[in-house]
Formats: sequence, structure tokens, C-alpha cells
Amino acid sequence: MSEMTDRALPNSERRLKLQLRGVMKAFGTTAVLDGIDLDVAEGDVITLIGASGSGKSTLLRCINLLEPVDDGQVLLDGVDIAEPGLDPDPVRRRIGMVFQSFNLFPHMSVTDNVAIGPRKVLGVPKATARANGLEMLTRLGLADRADAYPDQLSGGQQQRVAIARSLTMNPDVMLLDEITSALDPELVGEVLDVVRGLKRDGMTMLIATHEMAFAREISDRVCFLHRGRILEEGTPTEIFGAPREPRTQEFLQRVIDAGRF
Amino acid sequence: MTSQPTRRELYERARRRRSAVIATVSTIVVVGALVILVPMTPGWDRVRQAFFDGDVFVESFPRLLRAFWLDVKILVWSTPLIVVVSLVLALARNTRSPALFPVRAFAIVYIDVLRGIPVILLVFLIGFGVPALRLSDSRAWANPLIWGTVTLVLSYSAYTAEIIRAGIDSVHESQRAAARSLGMTNRQTMATVILPQAFRRIGPPMMNTFVSLQKDVALVSLIGPVEILRQAGIDKAKYANFTPYVAASLIFLALTIPCTRLADYAMARQRQRTGATTIA
Ligand SMILES: Nc1ncnc2c1ncn2[C@@H]1O[C@H](COP(=O)(O)OP(=O)(O)OP(=O)(O)O)[C@@H](O)[C@H]1O
Ligand SMILES: [Mg+2]
Repeated sequence: MSEMTDRALPNSERRLKLQLRGVMKAFGTTAVLDGIDLDVAEGDVITLIGASGSGKSTLLRCINLLEPVDDGQVLLDGVDIAEPGLDPDPVRRRIGMVFQSFNLFPHMSVTDNVAIGPRKVLGVPKATARANGLEMLTRLGLADRADAYPDQLSGGQQQRVAIARSLTMNPDVMLLDEITSALDPELVGEVLDVVRGLKRDGMTMLIATHEMAFAREISDRVCFLHRGRILEEGTPTEIFGAPREPRTQEFLQRVIDAGRF
Repeated sequence: MTSQPTRRELYERARRRRSAVIATVSTIVVVGALVILVPMTPGWDRVRQAFFDGDVFVESFPRLLRAFWLDVKILVWSTPLIVVVSLVLALARNTRSPALFPVRAFAIVYIDVLRGIPVILLVFLIGFGVPALRLSDSRAWANPLIWGTVTLVLSYSAYTAEIIRAGIDSVHESQRAAARSLGMTNRQTMATVILPQAFRRIGPPMMNTFVSLQKDVALVSLIGPVEILRQAGIDKAKYANFTPYVAASLIFLALTIPCTRLADYAMARQRQRTGATTIA
């Protein structure tokens, strides 16, 4: 209930979950993130769109501290997690990440994949972790595959297991990096359905995607990345309906020409 | 299911039958040729007397088997030690923390040096060298068995460390990213995600190394202990006949061949369980 009222409030008055302040990241001499500023309020769903190489994955990896940030701040609940020297492990457990290539642990059953995080990181007893994991799998329609191994699943099932694996850690924020790009077209739907469910539950999400129709449908705001900068940010209607920046227009035109929107 | 065989089943059945016939015929031809041709060689009678003497075989076999027990014991002590030492070395070599630079440097030097020296030389150097230091008067200190085992552990852990390291490196970086993104520490990631996968992959080279260790145990005989190779030497001198060496070889094969087959079987099962498909 409170969530509904929260959503109605203007951006500035809702609790900020994540704030990026001038985030910089270079690989060698090439700046891949060139001063990223972004506010993410609790329950926000923000999509990152942009050409290949524009820095979407790098941005998500920096927020999860999988890549060290060179400069700038990443504030999670007001605390700067990008501070050099800070222990990243306690931060990462609060941020879920789902990858394009699923990255399930192939030597563990589906249930163990989902239970391993809480067991190792949160110290949840094995039986409890497995029970919770099974519950999560059931929620995502995977109960009958609980004893299978990742290699025995379809891509769509694997990706749903990967989402379940993140969710069992009960994260504050979820980062989804092109989670449907490696899937056959007919399997994309089942994964996107899960994401829609997460939005209904009020999960704060940052989503990098090439699925423009999905971005338009699910986003509270869309960010267009170009060469490591957020060139344009706005509601789906603004970005997809009337993009201001020529670069954004160009990008969207190219997507349409390629028949992908 | 029990009704008509499918077209494929019929084809496979015919093909299996044909393969079986070909295999049988070719085996009979090859074995027959050996049995007929080898005895026709000019030196065959002398070789048979020197290497395949039934009486000598029967007499020395039990002694060799008893001596072989020592090889087995050395093997049983050294194998877990090798695994532990090599795992430590592999992890030490892979550390990135600058504080642990000396550890990494030590691991690199250790692996380079001990892998570079022939095992037989190392057996002499350590087996005769260390007791000669006379660091202690206890009998254990002069026990060639202990120094033989230590030598094998030193040498083989260097090889095995490189195998394990290659296994660790073969696990894709994205697995590490997935584990770390759950909040696992570096150590947890290594123990629960990377190493289990690495060890599954290095099964075959580890098995090769283990079989080669089974054979190299015999080198310990060079510094004293009466294990199978030395016993075979003693018997050879006693009977003035090489048959004990042939018997010793058979005893080694009786250990190494089942080990290899068992490992193949275990790995095939592993693959099946995790569902990874193999292309025939
Ligand atoms: N580890 C790395 N080392 C060097 N360069 C890198 C590394 N990771 C990414 N880059 C470079 O950073 C740039 C941004 O990459 P990134 O993966 O963030 O783009 P992206 O927007 O996610 O692209 P895509 O849509 O193809 O996934 C690219 O030019 C890429 O080559
Ligand atoms: Mg990417």
C-alpha cells in the first residue's frame, strides 16, 4: 500500500536508493564511463539503452563493484560504496545481478544454485536455504526442475534460475544486464514476465536492454547512453515518443530500421 | 517400445554386428601372427628362457607381491600429501595481493625448480643428501622410506600444482563474477565455485600423473628400501634370470590399468550426471 503512495510522489520526495555522482571508469586510456549522474528512487525501474559499447554493462558492473570505479560516487542508501578501500563483499550481497549468459554454477543442482548464496554469505542453515530456494523456484514456475542441473534446462529456464538465485539474497536493488539477449525469441517472454512480476513487487531495478518494446513498457525512466555519458533521460513516452537529442533519434531510427522495435 | 524396431535400430544393430566381426577377425590375425612369427625369430629361445621362465615366475611372484606392498604404502602416503601441497602451491601462485608477493615468488621458484629436475636425480639428492646432514640422531631421520616419500611429494606436487592452476584458469571469469555478485568472498568463491569445477576438468591429466606416480614409486628403491623393483633385482641375481622383472611389470599393470579404467568410468558418470552432452 505504502508503495503505491510512494510511487505517486514526485521523484524528489521518494527515498533515494541509489545515486550516481560523476562516475568515471576507464580501461587503459579509453574512458568508458565519462561522468555518469543518475538518481534511482526506491521501486524505480530504470532502463539503460544505447549502442553496443556505449557502457551499459560497465555501468552495471561498477555499481555492483565488480569493476572498481575510478572517480565519482555511488551512493547506496546515502553511503558511498565506491570509496576506494571499502570492503565490497557486504555491499554486493545487497545488490543482485543477472547476466546475459546466465552464469549458473554448472556443478550444482538448480536448488543448490539458488541456495548457495544465503548459505555461504548469510550463514543460513542448509535445510532452510534449500527450502527458501525451492519456494523461490516455485514462485518462478521452476519447482519441477529443482533437482536438474543447469545444462539440462532451456535458456529461459536457466535465466529464471539465475534471477531466483539473486532474489534469494533479498537484494535492495537488482541489476539486469541484457538478460534476454542470449535467448531464442520464443523464450524471451517467460523471462520478461518474471521481470514484470518483480516490478509489481516493488523491486528497484536497473536494466540494460536492447528490447525497446520492453523498455517502453516497463520503465519509469529510460536513459540513453552514448560514449559513457547519459545523453538523454526521460519517461518512456519522452524518449521513445519525442527524443530531443539527435543521437537518441539516430539510435532509435537505427533500431527501427533493423526491425527490432 | 517392444514392437517393431525402428529403421535406426535395425541399422545400428547391423552396424554393431559388422563391427564385432571385423574386430574379432583382425584380433585373431594379429595375435596369430605374433604367436607364429615371434617364436620364429632367431633369438626367441634364449629370450624365452631369460624372461619367461615359469618356475622362476612362480617362485619369485609372492615375494614381489609382498615387496609391492611397500610401493602401495608409499603411494598411499604421498598421494594426499601431493594433492594438498600442490593445491597450496597453485593457490599461492595465483594470489594477486601484493602482501603475498613473497608467497607467490616462492611458489613460482619451487614449481620451476622441482619440475625441472628429473625425479631420479631428486631421489639421490634428497635421499642421500638430507640424512647426511645429520641434523638428528634419531633413526627416523635416516629412514630412506621417509626421504623417498618426501622426494616424490616435492617433485609431483610441482607438476600437479601446474595442472590445478590450469584447471583454475580454465573456469570462465563470469563464474567468478556470478559468485562475487552474490556477495561471496574471494575465498568462498574459490572453494565453492572455482575449485569444484577446476577439479572436474583436470581429471584426465591428474589421472595421468597419478599413474606415472605409481610407477615412479619404484625409484625409491635407489636409496635403499626393498620395494618391488629392488626385490626383482635381488631375485634376478639369485636365479640369473630376468623373469622377476616381467613379473614385476605385470604387478604394476594390475594396479595402473584398473586405476585408469576406473577414472574413465568416474568421469563419464560425472558428465552424465551434470547433463553435459558429448558428441560421439
Ligand atoms: N575489461 C575490459 N577491458 C577493456 N575494455 C573493456 C572492458 N570491458 C569493457 N570494455 C570496453 O568498454 C566499452 C563499453 O563496454 P560495455 O560492455 O560496457 O558496453 P555495452 O554498452 O554493455 O555494450 P553491449 O550492448 O555490446 O553489451 C567497450 O568499448 C568495451 O570494449
Ligand atoms: Mg553489455
